[in-house]
Amino acid sequence: MLEVKVHNLTLKNPVMTASGTFGYGEEFADFIDISRLGGIVVKGTTGERRQGNPYPRMAETPSGMLNAVGLQNVGVGNFCSNVYPRIKDMDTNIIVNVSGSSIEEYCSVAEQIDSLENIPAIELNISCPNVKKGGMGFGTNPDMAAQVVAAVRKVYHKTLIVKLTPNVTSIVDIAKAVEQAGADSVSLINTMLGMAIDVEKQRPYLSTITGGLSGPCVKPVAVRMVWQVSHAVQIPVIGLGGICCANDALEFLMAGAKAIEVGTANFMDPTVTVKIVEGLEDYCNRHGIKDINEIIGII
Amino acid sequence: MKQIADFTIAKREQLGEHYFTLTLQHPGNMETILPGQFVEIEVKGTREVMLRRPISIHDVDAEKGTMTLLIQIVGKGTRQLATLKEGDKLNVIYPLGHGFATDAKNPLLVGGGAGIAPLLHLAKCYNEKGVRPTILLGGRNANLIPVRDAFKPFGTLAFATEDGSLGEKGLVTQHSLFQVSNYDLIQTCGPTPMMKAIAREALKADVRCEVSLENMMACGIGACLCCVCDTDEGHKCVCKEGPVFDARKLTKWIG
Repeated sequence: MLEVKVHNLTLKNPVMTASGTFGYGEEFADFIDISRLGGIVVKGTTGERRQGNPYPRMAETPSGMLNAVGLQNVGVGNFCSNVYPRIKDMDTNIIVNVSGSSIEEYCSVAEQIDSLENIPAIELNISCPNVKKGGMGFGTNPDMAAQVVAAVRKVYHKTLIVKLTPNVTSIVDIAKAVEQAGADSVSLINTMLGMAIDVEKQRPYLSTITGGLSGPCVKPVAVRMVWQVSHAVQIPVIGLGGICCANDALEFLMAGAKAIEVGTANFMDPTVTVKIVEGLEDYCNRHGIKDINEIIGII
Repeated sequence: MKQIADFTIAKREQLGEHYFTLTLQHPGNMETILPGQFVEIEVKGTREVMLRRPISIHDVDAEKGTMTLLIQIVGKGTRQLATLKEGDKLNVIYPLGHGFATDAKNPLLVGGGAGIAPLLHLAKCYNEKGVRPTILLGGRNANLIPVRDAFKPFGTLAFATEDGSLGEKGLVTQHSLFQVSNYDLIQTCGPTPMMKAIAREALKADVRCEVSLENMMACGIGACLCCVCDTDEGHKCVCKEGPVFDARKLTKWIG
């Protein structure tokens, strides 16, 4: 009833987790059965180990939060030799979010992940707002975005998802450019660039001054962008941005997303993903829907 | 194992203007809670607060299946939590983090302000092992040391206040019992400058020392990487690899 396809990936349901909000899945194993999910997107992985940005890296804002973690991760080598063996047998689609500061780094990481049998896809992160070099720089310009995607396409042979930033004038132009360059799917939206100031201390809350806004406050923007992009490209769209419940997920599906990712809501309730799966089942039952694909893109 | 559960507030007690305690009743079998561990509690009823709030565990009654939280009212989250009443439900993720060691034979526990919270459960755990710790509690004045008598049965108890309104006048590090080389382990929780000063003294005297850090958190389970401390081994999550760290791994932080 809930099975969906994203390019060559078969998801038992459309519910996945967003990179950077679900660790390597292990952190949530005490709370939920990971195999209930359509997929998990694990932490953004770079060529070398990264320390990320200095503390403070997080600020709560009304119905949302700003983060400036800055891609802290163990690096692709350590991921392949230490993390992958621990998580490879989880019964779900394990997707690695791939980040970098240069086209060479993106390609090198993608190539190493390509050789891991139980990783059927990567999500190419050309949209991180919290790193000085690369990241969002690639995702805000259609030509740059196409260049990095085309280069990775040459070395990566499985499902290539490209994660897009909302911090652009036209996300549709970027989506079209990466589709043309060989992306199999796009996921959107990454966080929106934001800022918050502690007026008592008269300084920004984040060590980096600006950071990425996520949570329920960004959802209407994300739904709008998913709707626009899904009408402009042929490849499947994965929707994310502030999803907290089944109805939120349904908005994205109706707007055209084949699958969704849950991010910030994992921090509020570590069991939320499974609740969303159950909520989708319940919705289908209540509305006499035999196949969730019936409602995808109906708007 | 970490668990998410709806506790019922069995008791709420206001301790002066700034502090209150909540005693939470578990609905079934409560997981074992080690001293120094904390909870992440859901804050309902205000759009200003989306994330859970990390609160250290003050006291545990394993038989009754209750835990007590000592909460200082500092911001919008704790202000909202202060409106909770007995009988209300509270959604709690627990037990979280890496707690205090309990293998010392002659430990000194030093708490400041709200940081005294985890030391009660710690002192009780020592007592179960036949060890009576020295407990030194400090604050700017007596009103800012919210819990005192509860500690009395579990060790040698002393106070330091900056205005002299309780115990010796001065900082905890100036107290006559604060002779670090008299102990085999110093364990502290409180304001950052206090913990740094204590850790510095302990490191200088080559006495083992543990500090319990309090950083802003989102997830509380090591997923978001927001609450990191810059340790000598790189950024570590206070929620998962802490909140209690061995001071020898924090020389950069101690400064």
